[in-house]
Amino acid sequence: MDIRLNKKTKSALSVAAIALFLILVYIGDMNIPAGSSWKMLITVIEKGSIYALVAASMNLLNGFTGLFSLGQAGFMLIGAYTYAIFTIPAESHDKVYQYFDGGVIKWSIVEILEAKMGIFGHYLGMFIPMLGAGLIVAVIAFLIGIPVLRLKSDYLAIATLGFAEILRAFFQWNTLGPVTNGSNVLRKYTTYDNAVFPVIIGGICIAIILLLINSTYGRAFRAIRDDEIAAEAMGINLFKHKQMSFIISSFFAGISGALLAMFQTTINATPFNTVMTYEILLIVVIGGIGSITGSIIGAFLFTAASEWWLRGLDAGRWLGIQADFMRPGFRKVVFAILIMLIVLFYSQGIMGTREFSWDGFFSWWKNLPANLKAWPSRHKAKAAAKREARAVKAAAKAKAREAKASNEARKASGEALFTPLPVSDTVMVFDKEGR
Amino acid sequence: MLAIRNLNVHYGGIHALRGIDIDVPDGRIISLIGANGAGKSTTLKSVMGLVPKSDGHVYWDDTEITSMRTKDIVGEGIILCPEGRRIFPDLTVDENIAAGAYLRKDKAEIARDRDWVYELFPRIAERTWQLGATLSGGEQQMLAVARSLMSKPKLLMLDEPSLGLAPLVIKDIFAVIQKIKEDGVNILLIEQNAKAALEISDYAYVMETGVITMAGPGKALLNDERVQQAYLGE
Repeated sequence: MDIRLNKKTKSALSVAAIALFLILVYIGDMNIPAGSSWKMLITVIEKGSIYALVAASMNLLNGFTGLFSLGQAGFMLIGAYTYAIFTIPAESHDKVYQYFDGGVIKWSIVEILEAKMGIFGHYLGMFIPMLGAGLIVAVIAFLIGIPVLRLKSDYLAIATLGFAEILRAFFQWNTLGPVTNGSNVLRKYTTYDNAVFPVIIGGICIAIILLLINSTYGRAFRAIRDDEIAAEAMGINLFKHKQMSFIISSFFAGISGALLAMFQTTINATPFNTVMTYEILLIVVIGGIGSITGSIIGAFLFTAASEWWLRGLDAGRWLGIQADFMRPGFRKVVFAILIMLIVLFYSQGIMGTREFSWDGFFSWWKNLPANLKAWPSRHKAKAAAKREARAVKAAAKAKAREAKASNEARKASGEALFTPLPVSDTVMVFDKEGR
Repeated sequence: MLAIRNLNVHYGGIHALRGIDIDVPDGRIISLIGANGAGKSTTLKSVMGLVPKSDGHVYWDDTEITSMRTKDIVGEGIILCPEGRRIFPDLTVDENIAAGAYLRKDKAEIARDRDWVYELFPRIAERTWQLGATLSGGEQQMLAVARSLMSKPKLLMLDEPSLGLAPLVIKDIFAVIQKIKEDGVNILLIEQNAKAALEISDYAYVMETGVITMAGPGKALLNDERVQQAYLGE
């Protein structure tokens, strides 16, 4: 039984669900005391939203355009630095840039605009460097894209990974210290004060990505992914569209970098390494390559697991189990095994290439009791099928052995294996039903 | 000779082959004609063990090969030249040919067979150093047949060798197929191009949705009214 709702109901449902979620997050962040273990839930929602955005941007490139790129962490790094550099309050510059005479940029956009426009200026002052972060990353992606996008598959992945590492080293270069603070951390910059902020920004950006995917351009991206030659034959400019996808994906990676800077309150280039890119790739794979919904679900699951549920694996105590091998880094081992298992047995990920829809959700919900009821019998049928397959295999093996033996026997006795079919000089017509 | 008896194949819930009987006697070209989806390619693939059989037997001279593995079937002297050529695009013509002799160890014989296939297909003999991908469609088909011959088969099964080729090139290839038969290789040919196939066939089978509906000498089928209406467009 499938449910079909009309467009108005669906829009109303979406608006209601989003509003409810935002209100819950807002109230939750305001009222949960700092020491409570439920505070973890808010942290997961914040970081999850940021990772959802960067995973969606990576999915746009890897899942929808078929460009296997591994530069996401590098682009996040630029975004994070761009945001932080322009929002450190004037009075904190001497402290933050203590080894570089207070740096070269001695002002903060947030402060300037806040002085002129009050609270609105405050948020505008956060928004402008965030947008700037995206735009600067987009420009850099444009430049990197010119040589790199001529490469295919694995080579593209290697080249983008290389560029990301170069960027990381570049930002830690001492000569750039007056701007980037060299290998020291950037801190004291303006951050958001409620978890609802990254949720809203991430949500808007993901909505834009979804609109893009469902537009003419999105169709062109998917056509390129499926068959480059056919796409080109349809008049799609391959390089232009690849570059567009690369730039847009990087733009959103830059914005998520800015959000990550706010989330962490201090940043440094070191953690923006390949491990971070692989984390994002893991999210995309878990969620399903080619599903934005999957990337969002994957992002929240991943952050919840790594920040919350599996924490104990690094601390030596997890689910009441205490063991010496659970030392810092063991969590990563578990994740590595997890990704191997997913790729081996569940390569579709959670969502495959499907997306969330209210119709699908309600149909799933309505059919759930029936499906649950049918589950034992289906499970039984599956087990029976497996048993049968095993029996068939065993029978085939036995048959092969038997056939070999009878082959030998018949060869020895000189008896014919088969009798040739009758042959006629004219056309023979057979019964259509066969045997 | 190859004998297929009561061959049945299921794809999921679809009963693709429903009891096929075919003989390929020595020194003959046998062809199997029929429309798209009749089960022609499935027949060849299941003989090769590339598709599991749900029932039936396949005999090769005094051996039953029904449940053998593909590489052992190739070792027995049966080779399939797959549909759509499937040459190795980044290997040279010479390397493609050499790849066809993968299971063989007899160097002197391989060299002799290489000369033989180049003699059969002078067009590709001129291009031994070229990459497979740079050949034209017809040349690629010739290369695919030549590569199959390098395993020194006693039975060559060809799946749609005329696919996407110009009439003149088809004529060339079919002429070579006849020559290959004269060199002592039995041939089982699958074709949509019924006319070309029936003209060179000693005997032929007509297939329709998983069953054999007609059989007879190639010339007799060529002149048969029903075949003409259904497959020759006359």
